[in-house]
Amino acid sequence: MARQINVALIGNPNTGKTSVFNQLTGLKQKVGNYPGITVEKKQGICSLPRGLKATILDLPGTYSLNACSLDENVVIELLLNKNDKDFPDVVIVVADIENLKRNLLLFTQIKDLGIPTILAINMADQMARKAISVNIKILEEKLQTKIVLISSRKNTGFEQLKDLITNYSFLSTKPCINASQIAPDYFDRLQKAFPNQELYKLWLVINQDVNFGKLNRQTLVVPTDFKTESNANLKRLQQKETILRYLFINKILKETVLIDKGNAKDFQSKLDRILIHKFWGYIIFFSILMLIFQAIFDWSRYPMDFIDVQFAALSEWTKTALPEGVFTNLIAEGIIPGLAGVIIFIPQIAFLFFFISILEETGYMSRVVFLMDKIMRRFGLSGKSVVPLVSGTACAIPAIMAARNIESWKERLITILVTPLTTCSARLPVYLIIISLVIPQQRIFGIFSLQGITLMLLYLLGFSAAIFSAFLLDKILTIKNKSFFVIEMPNYKFPLPKNIIYNVIEKTKAFIFGAGKIIMAISIVLWVLASFGPGDFNKAKEIVSAKIASQNLSSENLDTEIASFKLENSYIGIMGKAIEPVVKPLGFDWKIGIALISSFAAREVFVGTLATIYSVGSNEEETIKNRMAAEINPVLGTPLFNFASGISLLLFYAFAMQCMSTLAIVKQETNSWKWPIWQFFSLTTIAYITALIAYQLLK
Amino acid sequence: MLTIASLKIGQHAIIKDISIDVVPLKLLEMGCLPGNEVSLIHIAPLKDPLFIDINGCHMAIRKEMAKLIEVELIS
Repeated sequence: MARQINVALIGNPNTGKTSVFNQLTGLKQKVGNYPGITVEKKQGICSLPRGLKATILDLPGTYSLNACSLDENVVIELLLNKNDKDFPDVVIVVADIENLKRNLLLFTQIKDLGIPTILAINMADQMARKAISVNIKILEEKLQTKIVLISSRKNTGFEQLKDLITNYSFLSTKPCINASQIAPDYFDRLQKAFPNQELYKLWLVINQDVNFGKLNRQTLVVPTDFKTESNANLKRLQQKETILRYLFINKILKETVLIDKGNAKDFQSKLDRILIHKFWGYIIFFSILMLIFQAIFDWSRYPMDFIDVQFAALSEWTKTALPEGVFTNLIAEGIIPGLAGVIIFIPQIAFLFFFISILEETGYMSRVVFLMDKIMRRFGLSGKSVVPLVSGTACAIPAIMAARNIESWKERLITILVTPLTTCSARLPVYLIIISLVIPQQRIFGIFSLQGITLMLLYLLGFSAAIFSAFLLDKILTIKNKSFFVIEMPNYKFPLPKNIIYNVIEKTKAFIFGAGKIIMAISIVLWVLASFGPGDFNKAKEIVSAKIASQNLSSENLDTEIASFKLENSYIGIMGKAIEPVVKPLGFDWKIGIALISSFAAREVFVGTLATIYSVGSNEEETIKNRMAAEINPVLGTPLFNFASGISLLLFYAFAMQCMSTLAIVKQETNSWKWPIWQFFSLTTIAYITALIAYQLLK
Repeated sequence: MLTIASLKIGQHAIIKDISIDVVPLKLLEMGCLPGNEVSLIHIAPLKDPLFIDINGCHMAIRKEMAKLIEVELIS
């Protein structure tokens, strides 16, 4: 079998690089992570003429080979390391016709590394409309490579591109500019110190250390006895390089590209006049938010209910179809509900990423960032934090994933840390049942329901808490912020359905295989803790039967009584009793304690757990509610769920970090256990203290 | 000193000088270099950031950065 050709796709952000990738590979894609970092690695297979095959690697978008983020660094690490198994035989630089000048900067840098480089000019379908004409032949001569005009929208030029890939070995590898003219002295010394190395490559390796800090790299080692220039000087030289390259590019583009500026950009600026208008801009933005909110909150309820019912049925079926025993119970009560806990989030995640990719594809997202940046900056966030914070009202998991495009690490970290404070949909069932228990069903001025207002206040509380904590974290965290704010404002485009669908599929898959594993594991652990226990637990049947017999009670509730007894004496029950002294000052008893513990897997478990504990056979809310209302506090002799304990419980749920899946995703996104652990303890402490104060004041 | 931050909407200017030690390399790479043309397209509702066209590329930068880029008006 012939060796596959390694092709790397490189380009500036917003050049339609991903569309080109999708077009070349179709659904034959594999998405993973680079080892140790959360930068996505996308690879796909492309069939070429003559039965050849190419592995296409879609590298993160970058403006140059001077990295200042992890994403960009991936590109450089690969291009500098000939021994990497993904090292490209040929690079395709994807450029966009309207920003050709800027795109060529990256092209010339890659070309100067001596790697065969094809220039693919995308969005060629726009040329006529924008009155741009390019003399390809002369441009090819000047850049010493092959150029192809493509359009991923119209699907043109791809056959020619594939031909070029096939014949990559005929491409010239001559550099565009003579690197040593950047700093003749310095390059002279480099040459003497490393007679066998390519100079431009050396230059990049040394600069990378300056830009990015020393990394664990095997590409080539700069001996310590070689004296490089001072960092400040190197930076100045990098600027000189940029200027030199632009001189070269400007000169050749003047000879080859003609732009008739007369009829350009009219429609674009009209749209911008409305979309970033000081009044209508915000109105439109909030209307779009409402729509997204509605979709995640309301439309996804139907598929979610469906999934819920299906899994419940599957669990029942397993119990009857398999022989009775621990193993069957593990499957029916541990693994299947665990799986359901993963699958049930798919509709929300898919909806969210559907809307987010539309907003990104059209170019609207940059406008939102532009509108919100000044406001968010006051709280240590970025304009780019808006999306995660809003998505957090559905579910913190996709929301935290959506924080990825914030370049500044500090602003991104703060966003990740405060997002779980927004009221996610899993809190809703808990809020609803407690509000209905402790808030009277009255109306203010005859229209506003007191219960409705309480719910709204809880949402507001979540948002304000998030914003306020961001403000505090901004003051507390001392992270050096290398990145600064610049956002490209791309032209508005009609979204390509293919890109959106691929993006939704890919993000959903990432969730299932990333966070999904951990949710599964936690569910199984919870099941074990609730299904086993020491001593009395194993004699539950005899003890409860004896009790019922001796007290002459009816035996029709025997099964539920046994289940209740078992839970009380299971490991999780013992844990509940153990933490009772801790939760007592908040107005809770050991049963709520158990519900709290199990809520740490997922908040929505709260209602179900209480249902089991209060031995209500059915999960129907009304019966649970009546049972909860009748529960008496053993010490005070008053109802357990009163105004004070209810408010205390609501506040606890508003702040506590009770979601294993969120912690798992924070671990994944920050690539360390430090932040999820920190988040867990600080949020739970805040929750405890506010609940304590509320209960002690109100009781 | 006239900077990008002092431009009015619609005005065009040529970049004269940038404080090379404070302006990040990235901005230079996006075309923000002495001699290139810059124009102000929009200002965000709260007066910050600025939506500019540098060398034919559209981008937004914060005002604090715009203040560091000296320009000369084109009549």
